[in-house]
Amino acid sequence: MQNSWRFLIIHLTLLLALLLNVMPLPAAVKLFRPDWPLLVLCYWVLALPNRTSIGTAFVLGFLVDVMVGTVLGVNAFGYSLICFIVAANHLKIRNFSVLQQSLLFGLLLALYHLVVFWFSHFLTGVYFRAAYLWPVATGMIVWPYLFWFLRRTRRQFKIQ
Amino acid sequence: MKPLLDRGPSLPLRLFFALLASVGLITLDHYTNSSVQLRGYLTATVSPLFYLANLPQDMVFGASEQFMSQQKLLEENRTLKDTLLLQNGQLQRFQFLQQENDKLRALLGASPVTEGKRLIAEVLAVYSHPFSHQIVLNKGSRDGVIVGQPLIDDLGVLGQVVSVGPSSSRALLIADNTHAMSARVERTGQSVVAEGIGQSDSLRLIHLPHSTDISEGDRLLTSGLDGVFPEGYPVAKVVRVHRDARQPFLQVTAEPYAKLDRIRYALLVWPHQGISSADPQIVEELKQAEQGQD
Repeated sequence: MQNSWRFLIIHLTLLLALLLNVMPLPAAVKLFRPDWPLLVLCYWVLALPNRTSIGTAFVLGFLVDVMVGTVLGVNAFGYSLICFIVAANHLKIRNFSVLQQSLLFGLLLALYHLVVFWFSHFLTGVYFRAAYLWPVATGMIVWPYLFWFLRRTRRQFKIQ
Repeated sequence: MKPLLDRGPSLPLRLFFALLASVGLITLDHYTNSSVQLRGYLTATVSPLFYLANLPQDMVFGASEQFMSQQKLLEENRTLKDTLLLQNGQLQRFQFLQQENDKLRALLGASPVTEGKRLIAEVLAVYSHPFSHQIVLNKGSRDGVIVGQPLIDDLGVLGQVVSVGPSSSRALLIADNTHAMSARVERTGQSVVAEGIGQSDSLRLIHLPHSTDISEGDRLLTSGLDGVFPEGYPVAKVVRVHRDARQPFLQVTAEPYAKLDRIRYALLVWPHQGISSADPQIVEELKQAEQGQD
């Protein structure tokens, strides 16, 4: 199998995550939607930090900005920051159990949401509601399954 | 395993560049006007993704239509026919009233209210990120959509178009925090400014003095003063009036009529062009009447 073809899988999963992020959902569950692109990105940075790094995070964050309609650059900022933290500590985080990882990613997701909220507050004057943090909880719940799924994909396609 | 980052700049340097670029983008987007066009191009570029993301929902709706029983279809058909009959009946009366209204307006020398072109658009994505309430529509500049165009549905005003691509466009809803519009209280004619607060079920009426005559249940209509929304469309219902003497203004909350969190179809309205034609027939009649008086 061609090597470059394998890396298309990484981009394919990121694209899929973007689609999940804008897929229409009923209003009742929309607030609980996890941040799919960020979680998938975190997995790839954790597994292959020499393939996906801050450049990928920036572009992905920018795409999220365009699709979601936040001020351009806000999500790019948050994604780059989280990606940096994960990439700088990837050797440590890899040794954690999946549950510990999920707790840690909860913290990182909260940081990301706080950064985005902070920018939005200064730029457009939104007020904080505790409901904005639901994606943190759902992200933590989803992480073990996502981790398992993406690791299987990675091993199946032998992406290194 | 390969060492981390065996080529290219170091990790903190990359972060520095990424953050710098982000802040640059934020400044560009928020503090300059060039971003409207930029956003237009970007919306156009990513619109295939929205079509793709919409596919599963379309398939589910399509399948449920396929498997609908004949009984149900007949029933639906009958209700629709009934509604059509009822509404056509009302429309006859409406036409008569409009003609009368046009005549009266011509008598007053005021320009008549004209109906512009309309177009039904399907919603590709409702993204209510808590910080931005926007929708993406499947109509763009090819269908004549322009920036600033009002958007309504069967219940009330939805919002206005903010960026246009060739085959899709993005609209800001009235509940978004960056959106404010001019409205009028139907009962008293008081004009108010209705501002979104980032929640799809409530608007805030700002800068109303304590002496204002406004009460719960009042209907708010568009006033046409903002030059964006045509006059007379329902906007919201006042649900809470809080008179607190310590505050400089009344605190009034209103609930939009349109269900902003579950929009599937929207109606694009083209505002009427300038002080366009009164019905020529009416003008002719009036002239004759005036000559008769002389």
